Amino acid sequence: MSAAKNINITLKIWRQKNADSKGNIETYKLDNVSTASSFLEMLDQLNEQLINERKEPVAFDHDCREGICGMCSLYINGRAHGPETGTTTCQLHMRKFNDGDTIFIEPWRSKAFPVVKDLVVDRSAFDRIQQAGGFVSVNTSGNTIDANSIPIPKDDADKAFMAAACIGCGACVASCKNGSAMLFVGAKVSQYALLPQGKVEATQRVQNMVRQMDEEGFGNCTNTGACEVECPKGISLENIARMNREYLKSSF
Amino acid sequence: MAKSALLKSSIAKKYWMALTGLFLCLFLTGHLAGNLQLLIPDNASAFNQYALFMTTNPAVKVLSYLTYISIIFHAIDGIMLAIQNKKARPIAYAKNNPSGNSSFASRNMAVLGTVILIFIVTHMVTFWAKMHFDKNMPLQTLSVTDEASGMKQDFYITTGTGQDKFLPVNQVDGKNLVIEGNKIFIVKPIKVEFAQGYKDLYKITLDFFRDAKYGLIYTLLYVLAMLALGFHLWHGFASAFQSLGLNNPKFNAGIKIFGRAFSVLVPLLFAIIPLYIHFSK
Repeated sequence: MSAAKNINITLKIWRQKNADSKGNIETYKLDNVSTASSFLEMLDQLNEQLINERKEPVAFDHDCREGICGMCSLYINGRAHGPETGTTTCQLHMRKFNDGDTIFIEPWRSKAFPVVKDLVVDRSAFDRIQQAGGFVSVNTSGNTIDANSIPIPKDDADKAFMAAACIGCGACVASCKNGSAMLFVGAKVSQYALLPQGKVEATQRVQNMVRQMDEEGFGNCTNTGACEVECPKGISLENIARMNREYLKSSF
Repeated sequence: MAKSALLKSSIAKKYWMALTGLFLCLFLTGHLAGNLQLLIPDNASAFNQYALFMTTNPAVKVLSYLTYISIIFHAIDGIMLAIQNKKARPIAYAKNNPSGNSSFASRNMAVLGTVILIFIVTHMVTFWAKMHFDKNMPLQTLSVTDEASGMKQDFYITTGTGQDKFLPVNQVDGKNLVIEGNKIFIVKPIKVEFAQGYKDLYKITLDFFRDAKYGLIYTLLYVLAMLALGFHLWHGFASAFQSLGLNNPKFNAGIKIFGRAFSVLVPLLFAIIPLYIHFSK
């Protein structure tokens, strides 16, 4: 890999004061960005510059910066989490951009994900879907059985684990032309449906989670497959098909 | 709860789109087999017999009502889904690059579907409505030259057998033959016989695509509609299986390949017919 160098870029960033105000795209020049820095570090550098100019820094979500928490978002140059596949925004690096590039940065666009401020959106709709059925009821009054005491076929365990890899970042919703949350809900339904512990409540789970998903105002899946491509954790469309099967089973 | 959810929920709407869509694929196959008879050089016989069969056979009637319902349901459900999907993203992205993650066909199903729906309506007005309701629908005739005299005479072809199969046209204006709708009455002094004549949908079709003024436009619009159908099926066929939960790594490739072959072959064969009719005049 070539050594790090500095590049000058132009940023077009969505600025919105609060949930009620009307936002707009603002243009910023940012010089001397190291190609070794991550995308979020570049935004930190921009905010430092804005603070020095006594301007309001850009609000954006981030937490672990290791690609596992699901907190970062950003629609970068027309793609969720930027141009790379299989990465979150925090794992995107400035070496993927060239000197003189103009970079658009927008928040997730979805009726169910209202903008809180600038690039920060409220993703609590996912929490409410999860609370509607994304759990296994366990008696915790002292007689809890160890989960590993129930034998599970390796194949099922692997598939459940791959579904559970979903970090709930919302890139699927953001990149879906219909703003559909079916990859998220499909993954959450699947990770339990594949395991014996989850089968007990399978019927209510899929019904309740899908109902909550519809109530939140997400769109309908048309199988474009955009979500699967943009998902930083590689969640497969198979999970949506499994949810569709589970839903059909639970309807009779 | 569960019962109403089978109509209203987002997933249930997908089931219905998939089921009606796959049924319409079966309909397309049957319709294509029928249309291809337009290319048989047998003086319209096979095609007009098929057209009569399709409008009178009771089993076909049941299937045709299922088809009408499927088209209407598929269209209404699709429009409702498209409106809901539009509402799910009130503010569009300033910069979007959807070609990076999805195909043109998959992103434009509603637009393609609308083109197909407009085509279906005009197609039915042009052919289906004439066949079903037009009292002045022409009956199939056959021109026969008498070898001895060299005289040409036109005959109506009827669904009757033997002697009744051909009835001379020149008696229509005479006293012996009366035509009402597609029924041919032979008026004789004592008794009245009648046979059913073959409605000449073949002639209607040929006249339409060979129209001196608009024939070329009709042909090109037809081809354009088939192009839209091809794109619609390119995504729709395999998508229907995914919606029904039939996603299995073992069969996915097969479904996709079959769907794509279907989406190219069926619209192509449909489009060849008017192209051949128009350019072979």
